[in-house]
Amino acid sequence: MDNLLSIVTFIPALAAFILGVFLRGEDDAAQSNAKWVALFATAATFLVSLFILFEFDPQNTGFQFLEEAEWLMGLQYKMGVDGISVLFVMLTTFMMPLVIAASWNVKIRVKEYMIAFLLLETLMLGVFMALDLVLFYLFFEAGLIPMFLIIGIWGGANRIYASFKFFLYTFLGSVLMLVAMVGMFADAGTTDIEQLLSHNFASETFKLMGLQIIGGMQTLLFIAFFASFAVKMPMWPVHTWLPDAHVQAPTAGSVVLAAILLKMGGYGFLRFSIPMFPIGSEVLTPLVLWMSAIAIVYTSLVALVQEDMKKLIAYSSVAHMGFVTMGIFAANQQGIDGAIFQMVSHGFISAALFLCVGVIYDRMHTRDINAYGGLVTRMPAYALIFMLFTMANVGLPGTSGFVGEFLTLMAVFQVNTLVAVVATTGVIFSAAYALWLYRRVMMGDLIKESLKSITDMTIRERVIFAPLVLMTILLGIYPALVLDIIGPTVTALVLQHDTALGGFDNAARLSLN
Amino acid sequence: MEIIILFAPLVGALLCGFGWRLFGETVAMWIATGSLFLSALLSWIVFLTFDGVTEQIQILRWIESGSLSADWAVRLDRLTAIMLIVITTVSSLVHLYSFGYMNNDPQWKAGESYKPRFFAYLSFFTFAMLMLVTSDNLLQMFFGWEGVGVASYLLIGFYYRKPSANAAAIKAFVVNRVGDFGFALGIFGLFFLTDSIRFDHIFAAVPTVAETQITFLWRDWNAANLIAVLLFIGAMGKSAQLFLHTWLPDAMEGPTPVSALIHAATMVTAGVFLVCRMSPLMEVAEQATIFITVIGATTAFVAASIGLVQSDIKRVIAYSTMSQLGYMFVAAGVGMYSAAMFHLFTHAFFKAMLFLGAGSIIHSMHHDQDMNNYGGLRKKIPYTFAAMMIGTLAITGVGIPLTHFGFAGFLSKDAIVESAYAGGSSYGFWLLVAAAAMTSFYSWRLMFLTFYGEARGDKYTHQNAHESPLVMLIPLGVLSLGAIFSGMIWYGSFFGHTDEVAKFYGIPYTEDVTYHSDGQGKGHTQGNEKYVEEGVNEKGSHYFFIGKPGQGALYFSPDNKVLGNAHALPNWVKISPFFAMIFGLIMALWFYIWSPSLPARLAENQRPLYLFLKNKWYFDELYNVIFVKPTFWIARQLWKKGDGDVIDGSLNGLAMGFIPFITRLTGRAQSGYIFTYAFAMVIGIVVLVTWMTLSGGAH
Repeated sequence: MDNLLSIVTFIPALAAFILGVFLRGEDDAAQSNAKWVALFATAATFLVSLFILFEFDPQNTGFQFLEEAEWLMGLQYKMGVDGISVLFVMLTTFMMPLVIAASWNVKIRVKEYMIAFLLLETLMLGVFMALDLVLFYLFFEAGLIPMFLIIGIWGGANRIYASFKFFLYTFLGSVLMLVAMVGMFADAGTTDIEQLLSHNFASETFKLMGLQIIGGMQTLLFIAFFASFAVKMPMWPVHTWLPDAHVQAPTAGSVVLAAILLKMGGYGFLRFSIPMFPIGSEVLTPLVLWMSAIAIVYTSLVALVQEDMKKLIAYSSVAHMGFVTMGIFAANQQGIDGAIFQMVSHGFISAALFLCVGVIYDRMHTRDINAYGGLVTRMPAYALIFMLFTMANVGLPGTSGFVGEFLTLMAVFQVNTLVAVVATTGVIFSAAYALWLYRRVMMGDLIKESLKSITDMTIRERVIFAPLVLMTILLGIYPALVLDIIGPTVTALVLQHDTALGGFDNAARLSLN
Repeated sequence: MEIIILFAPLVGALLCGFGWRLFGETVAMWIATGSLFLSALLSWIVFLTFDGVTEQIQILRWIESGSLSADWAVRLDRLTAIMLIVITTVSSLVHLYSFGYMNNDPQWKAGESYKPRFFAYLSFFTFAMLMLVTSDNLLQMFFGWEGVGVASYLLIGFYYRKPSANAAAIKAFVVNRVGDFGFALGIFGLFFLTDSIRFDHIFAAVPTVAETQITFLWRDWNAANLIAVLLFIGAMGKSAQLFLHTWLPDAMEGPTPVSALIHAATMVTAGVFLVCRMSPLMEVAEQATIFITVIGATTAFVAASIGLVQSDIKRVIAYSTMSQLGYMFVAAGVGMYSAAMFHLFTHAFFKAMLFLGAGSIIHSMHHDQDMNNYGGLRKKIPYTFAAMMIGTLAITGVGIPLTHFGFAGFLSKDAIVESAYAGGSSYGFWLLVAAAAMTSFYSWRLMFLTFYGEARGDKYTHQNAHESPLVMLIPLGVLSLGAIFSGMIWYGSFFGHTDEVAKFYGIPYTEDVTYHSDGQGKGHTQGNEKYVEEGVNEKGSHYFFIGKPGQGALYFSPDNKVLGNAHALPNWVKISPFFAMIFGLIMALWFYIWSPSLPARLAENQRPLYLFLKNKWYFDELYNVIFVKPTFWIARQLWKKGDGDVIDGSLNGLAMGFIPFITRLTGRAQSGYIFTYAFAMVIGIVVLVTWMTLSGGAH
């Protein structure tokens, strides 16, 4: 199959098209059909995507499954995956059937809901596979729209505010990236990412409006891309859209947001910032490392005092993304390995945590922590699952949450011990907020009248959690499943980065400090 | 065989925890217990047949990233073997004991199934603890380290209906995490310095590390000292040393068998094990080991002083544990790792027995833990009384002075006190002697309050006080054998002559003369001469350790002469702990037998001191004011002021111009035009991008 990637990418879009054109009516049968079509399409996407994984050659550090074609207006359509992107593709296809299954109780505009998620899957896959700037930008930006709609239509009471906050933050961030892309095209004469990766962007220091720009063009390009990816991650201090978006989004929306959409920022750093603007990144590395460390401590502390379960987990997500940016900008093998691992692992864990909230939200229709207490008596299976993912979130060794955290911290210790110390305090705070949440929701005596008839998880819910439990433990015990795939590509990336820095004027770097 | 020892408890835990609905409660519990006894049996075989040569077995790859590589693996040396028998023996006995203790627990409602869960947690704990001690790298050790932390969290919070138990569980986990913070930094540092986290590689690189300076927190440090301190911070958390100890007394909220297994015999000794395991590093980290000695001695003293006035029987024993752990750290700090391991080993038996005995008392007194409500129980529960008596004799260190004949604690505790003196730490020595007097006082106080005098408290409870069932008494019997004999049997191996200790741990050793003729360098030779003068043992032969770091289970540097010196101490040093013990006993007799009204009067007269001790030196209150409350205050400020006012506020201000725009769009979004709008946006973006790219290319 020469166009495996395109097939995987567009199966969901095709299903969305079928739903949109052929499915009529709002009755139960139509709703059920919409769900089944979506589930079938996402499951098929996952199965087909397994071919990518099995055929993928980790030792080949270049792009694989390449597809190139002419496209409208002289642009090109180019897709491919390498060791950095292939696991994000797999993460997306793995999560989507679970997301659809988790949405089984949606009652309003089911068809449109499923279409939105299917389109979203296509766009997310496109982001991770696109090897052309314009194509990437299209997928990257268009992905906002279904998410915007998911929050805005199927969200909570304050959904309009949240959806616009989400949209404006991320969209404004992207405007700068767009300008930078134009600049890159002007400089390199191509929009082909593969060629851009081997292009040396100018890095001579120059003056702009009286300001000395160390690293020159590269630094400016870096900042522009950074604006977009940092919002997407999200990094402190541009993270405040995320808690609002999560709180208002329906459960499935939160899952997609946390598990996949947040990873686009990290992917962007690895695809563009680090390899294309090595000097620009080097110049700003101290800043980014400190932003990450502050993010970890700051958002962990804020998570400690939340009263809303989803908000708490959202803040915890920001903290975990802090480990990712820290690892990426430590720019050594452990750091980038750890960052990618952390993103994959966080995909499973945060998804599971939002699903956990969804389970009791579906029953009690509140996310207020104080409305719960003592659930363990009536929901033993749920208690077990929730405990497992709480511990995974805390970074317990033996779960996947540990590996990424550990590797990124270890990496940053080699670069900047002070950042490492500050960031490592995160392991204390994460234990505090996660266990305190668990205690308030699950432990104690069940005394609230409203909870006395609450039921344990249904078969459907258990089936949704099973793959997540499996992956969390499997990757915790045998992380080589991930590290073997990404390792060689990361080695090449680090080598390329270090080589590029070799030419960078040390004096210039010193003058910055 | 090692693999079976390691994984039998895990299999037992999984079968028991998930399979009990299938096989029924009792069968499930027996599966867990049976697999533990299997482990224990095999561990004893391993321990007794072990020849001192380090073995390594790789199980599975774990984390590999660049030059970092850590496997799931077993490293079997003497340290591991000692820990294996301690863990599996105590654990299997505690499993057995729990059949009786956990039966008809009043914390649960009728029909609730809690026993399989309890047994599964216990077995899981044992598995994690075994992973910790069998590790051949720091990372797997960290896995076990955190794994026992989780098991401890689950078991402390086992009575999840009690708010106090839940609070104690979280406290235990979070305070331990503070220690883990140091431990993790230590691991990062070692990887940074030695490019490996495997023990072999680290030990081989220790001489280089000792020469390295490292910048950390704005100043330069000697790398070995820095790393040793960081690792020790981890040990402080797990072993409840001063400043990170506040979780241990609260951990007594867990069921008593848990306290015996986790918070006395095994988990809390993990810190001591860590320091001993890292002995090659500790040997070159002089300032760090002074720090360890001071913290250990201070802990031993402070904890014993708090133990004097507590009235909850489990808390007394908890403070006693903390104090004894301080002893072990002093031994490790002065470089006498084998004495630390010796005390760890004997302490596991007699402290587990004290806890199980306390459990038996609590069981017979309808789960009342307040000693003020006990009294005169020796007739009612004679077997428990006998066991507690043996435990008390062991912990207070009863034996015949200047011989090697006595209860387990006599030999191991005196070994530590002597090491402290021989190691040149007079601070450690005097505090430990004082602590020994207090140990004796609070232990006898416990005995007298519980078993002697008038019956106090609820009459009905006393009338119905009954001896515990056989499943609870058998473990007490087995452990009392350990409390009596373990010291005498293994004295030579842990604290005997250099050649015995060296053989036991597989450390290369040689006789003085041959070593001289080897010409191993001037500094060493001088050290040895001094050693010979001071450390000639009774046999007249003088062996000493010549291993390199990593050879054998422990490492003693050529300058480390503590063992030899300890055997050549003046007699007053050797008998001082004995007199301290006698002093404590007499005081206890005076306070609680001869003149029982005295304690109340004294508490009245010395009110500030009494309250200071009773309130545990106000550590909890202090921490609440300087850590907990400010953290929450800052967190709220960051949330409301930081996120709310500053970040959102300024960005909203920025977006002021957009607001009319937003309201217009909002109107549309709500009126069903959203799809049209979305479509327009897609088209808009395509056009925009295309145009910009093309015009950009035109330059």
